[in-house]
Amino acid sequence: MGAQGGTSVMRFEGVCLAFGEECVLDGITFEVSRGDTLVIQGAAASGKTLILKLALGLLRPTRGRIWLFGEDVSACGEQQWNDIRARIGMLFQEGGLFDSLTVEENVAYPLLNQKRTPLSEDEIRRRVQQSLDFVELGHTLDKFPSELSGGMRRRVGIARAIVTQPELLLYDSPTAGLDPITATTIMALIVKGRDASHATTVMVTHRHQDGELLDRYCWDAAAGRLVPAEPGSTRTRYMVLREGRIVFLGTPAEFDACQDPYVAKFSSR
Amino acid sequence: MLDLLKRPVYTFQEFVLLAIRSFRGLFRKPAYWGDTVIQMDLIGVGSLPVVGLTGFFSGAVMALQMARALQTYGATSQVGTIVAITMVREMGPVLTALMVAGRNSSGMASELGSMKVTEQIDAMRALGTDPVLKLVKPRLLATAIVLPLLTVLADFLGLVGGWVVACVMLQLTPGTQYWETAWRAIEYNDIAQGLLKPLCFAVVLSLVGCYYGMQTTGGTQGVGRSTTQAVVVASVWVVVLTFIIGRIFTKL
Repeated sequence: MGAQGGTSVMRFEGVCLAFGEECVLDGITFEVSRGDTLVIQGAAASGKTLILKLALGLLRPTRGRIWLFGEDVSACGEQQWNDIRARIGMLFQEGGLFDSLTVEENVAYPLLNQKRTPLSEDEIRRRVQQSLDFVELGHTLDKFPSELSGGMRRRVGIARAIVTQPELLLYDSPTAGLDPITATTIMALIVKGRDASHATTVMVTHRHQDGELLDRYCWDAAAGRLVPAEPGSTRTRYMVLREGRIVFLGTPAEFDACQDPYVAKFSSR
Repeated sequence: MLDLLKRPVYTFQEFVLLAIRSFRGLFRKPAYWGDTVIQMDLIGVGSLPVVGLTGFFSGAVMALQMARALQTYGATSQVGTIVAITMVREMGPVLTALMVAGRNSSGMASELGSMKVTEQIDAMRALGTDPVLKLVKPRLLATAIVLPLLTVLADFLGLVGGWVVACVMLQLTPGTQYWETAWRAIEYNDIAQGLLKPLCFAVVLSLVGCYYGMQTTGGTQGVGRSTTQAVVVASVWVVVLTFIIGRIFTKL
């Protein structure tokens, strides 16, 4: 594994992904530094989720190289990937919760399976409770995912993603299919999760409001709510994908000023 | 022509790769004994009624159909021999495997398929668990342990079914003679064949179910498709394998 720059958390260099003859991602190059927030937007089937799956090692790039936490992971085996994945939290689009496990078991799952530092049962229970309290679902320990609403499942998914206090958080369309009020609640939790642990955040979304919230707001722990952030303090950048290629990558100001009609569809103008 | 062959060859290659990973997984930790016991309960205890009934009635039907033919030759005393050999060599293992294919290969394909389309398998990998160890290995082990046991039960109940028809209903032969001829008819070769078959079937049934489940794409419709494919492919392999194994044993 070749080492890369100090603060780089995720770096893609000329990454291509093909399924058979079909090239679904082409020439993807970008870098996310520690503490940055990256919002990935694009039309359906433009390859947004695939970038997250590549970053988790669930898919292997056909060409190009990927660095995570300064290490070249392009040729890593599954065992090495498991060590890397222990440093990443992921919220899947539908939550990805295990139907056969209770909420408590779901949230405890990464602590039991990603054994970087073995924890006692009491410590696991404490962390699970803390994580579920964080998403305001501390009372649902014994419930099964099927007994929860879509928004609650998404919140349990966030609790599971943050329970290991990962350095990198990946969110795949966290607000898809949710009503606006629940979607705002979920986004507030994502901002809270980012600011509470200063984690690097990469989020795929369809809604420009989600990106705006990550860019313009931060979590005020003392007040217990979101407050407007200093411009640029959240270090948010936007990426827009079209048919597997990056058509825009830049700051929120550049995003708003972009004249490309495709990119403009995703900005707030 | 080559394009037509590409898909089945690719499917077979993927299946063999899954089989290799699963067999290697048998010697790797974690063992997931809890999951294996749950699967043994699901497959073994859950299949008891259907396997029992199938075994009993297939033995009964065998005695019923053979009665007229044996009466023609005045060989009704041999009904125990015929039921014993057919049940132990062929009908017990094959019918049990077909029942388990319909009940459990489909169940595995639909369960794993649902997990695949709801991203639970991706989540499992993302959370540091190898799905082959956690999902495939317990199902493979559980089927390999319980299918031979279910087959022995089906064989015995088949003999009981034959006895009910031959001795109680039609009174072709005395009960003691039925059991005596049945007992004498079975050789070690038959028992070896009758136990090797379910072991091979178990590997195919579990791996086919898991393979189609883990290959599922296309939402709930895809789950239905995988389930159907799993049952069809598993059932066809059962009858193909029984012929191959039967052929090998007749040469011995």
